[in-house]
Amino acid sequence: MAGSGVKVLGSWSSPYSNRVQITLNLKSIDYEFIEENFYMSNKSERLVEANPVHKKIPVLIHDEKAISESLVILQYIDEAWTSNGPTILPSDPYDRAIARFWASYIDDKWFPWLKELEKASGDEGAIVGNIFEGLMVLEEAFVKCSKGKDYFGGDNIGYIDVVLGSYLGWIKVIETGFGLNLLDETRIPGLTRWAQRFCSHDAAKDVVPQTDKLVQFFMMVQATKTNSSSG
Amino acid sequence: MGDEVKLHGTWFSPFVTRVQIVLKLKGVEYEYVEEDLKNKSPLLLKINPIYEKVPVLIHNGNPIVESLIVIEYIDEAFSGPSILPKDPYERSKARFWTKFLDDKGMPPLWKACWSKGEEREKAKEEALESLKILENEIKGKKFFGGNKIGILDVTADFFAYGIPILEELTKIKLLTEDEFPCLLKWVTNYCNDPFVKEYFPVDDPLAKEYFPPKGPLSASYKVGLHQSPPHKHAFYGAAFLESQNRRPKYISDIPE
Repeated sequence: MAGSGVKVLGSWSSPYSNRVQITLNLKSIDYEFIEENFYMSNKSERLVEANPVHKKIPVLIHDEKAISESLVILQYIDEAWTSNGPTILPSDPYDRAIARFWASYIDDKWFPWLKELEKASGDEGAIVGNIFEGLMVLEEAFVKCSKGKDYFGGDNIGYIDVVLGSYLGWIKVIETGFGLNLLDETRIPGLTRWAQRFCSHDAAKDVVPQTDKLVQFFMMVQATKTNSSSG
Repeated sequence: MGDEVKLHGTWFSPFVTRVQIVLKLKGVEYEYVEEDLKNKSPLLLKINPIYEKVPVLIHNGNPIVESLIVIEYIDEAFSGPSILPKDPYERSKARFWTKFLDDKGMPPLWKACWSKGEEREKAKEEALESLKILENEIKGKKFFGGNKIGILDVTADFFAYGIPILEELTKIKLLTEDEFPCLLKWVTNYCNDPFVKEYFPVDDPLAKEYFPPKGPLSASYKVGLHQSPPHKHAFYGAAFLESQNRRPKYISDIPE
């Protein structure tokens, strides 16, 4: 249980940071969490030193080695701590490829549509269509991967669960803000029930942010952007 | 009894080339299937329904897509020399840098090759920013992988011949000796690496079919001719330039 020398530079509001925290929790790894004001244009010296290429959170610091990019960090945690419970990635190479594929789909194809919605002006209809279509694809993936069990990873939370689950806070903000019912039990029953289970899991329940807190945060960042000249 | 391995790809895709190099490094026998992306085969649509792109690796009937995912799969599913390092921290660095290459390095470089005017200028600027970061990363090393080519060198394969192509197209030297001495050395080291050179024989029937050396000689072609045997990339470069004249399109129209 001794997680000496483990720090996370992140933010309570960032899904990418959340997924690192959830994974460390799953593995019962103690860590020091350092909140960074990542949305400000002046990044802390500490962040710039830890991630000079991107200057972004999250960064995992383990025994003074800095690892950046959330999916890279997740795989690092799996490989560096081998006696802390099951790996979040499956052990079979083909299942691992499938897990990586869905993580990449969620991060690179599906979630960007939700971000598009935030700044869309006029074509919201098409974007919402894409979001729903993506959810149907993910529902199918859930059915295939879970094989009737609770999570994409089976009995335990796995890689895809953490990746998609870390977005649940923001998904609820979008639902509230746009009056959408994304996690609709009639359309995507598997995912809807999975979402409830994920959010109440010990490793995730104190990490996935509350909707109202996130909404407040979002408004605050928007205000900062409008007020500052560099945006 | 043996494994059945097929790779669906296109001759001009750097994402396919890197998978071919890795299969070769690992010593995996495979069947190559050329896809026509303007006329996608029903099989391609079936094995990669979400992206409809190449490369697709099919191992004993199981399809795997996305080149970096394919590469990790090959490393894990087949025996042979390791493609990624063994140490978790070194692995995390390899994954970080391959992602950097694909997110910040390749797109502007690819775009700069294919686009025109202001779009090309903007893409060039972005490419230069990424090259500066890579220059820093290669300092003091023969290859990104150390003394021998590693996953990052293979992923950066397109840089080795794509940059000379871009320089020929724009008539501007990108990799200047002043700013990028280490990257320049890397391009030479990479193109002259015996494995890389051997991999693309000029007698390859695919090379003959797609790369008849007509039209203006590209820088890449000239580079390739100096090597023995001539480098496939040289022909790629010549064909690339040729097709530029026939394809005044933007990146969205170019099949990946």
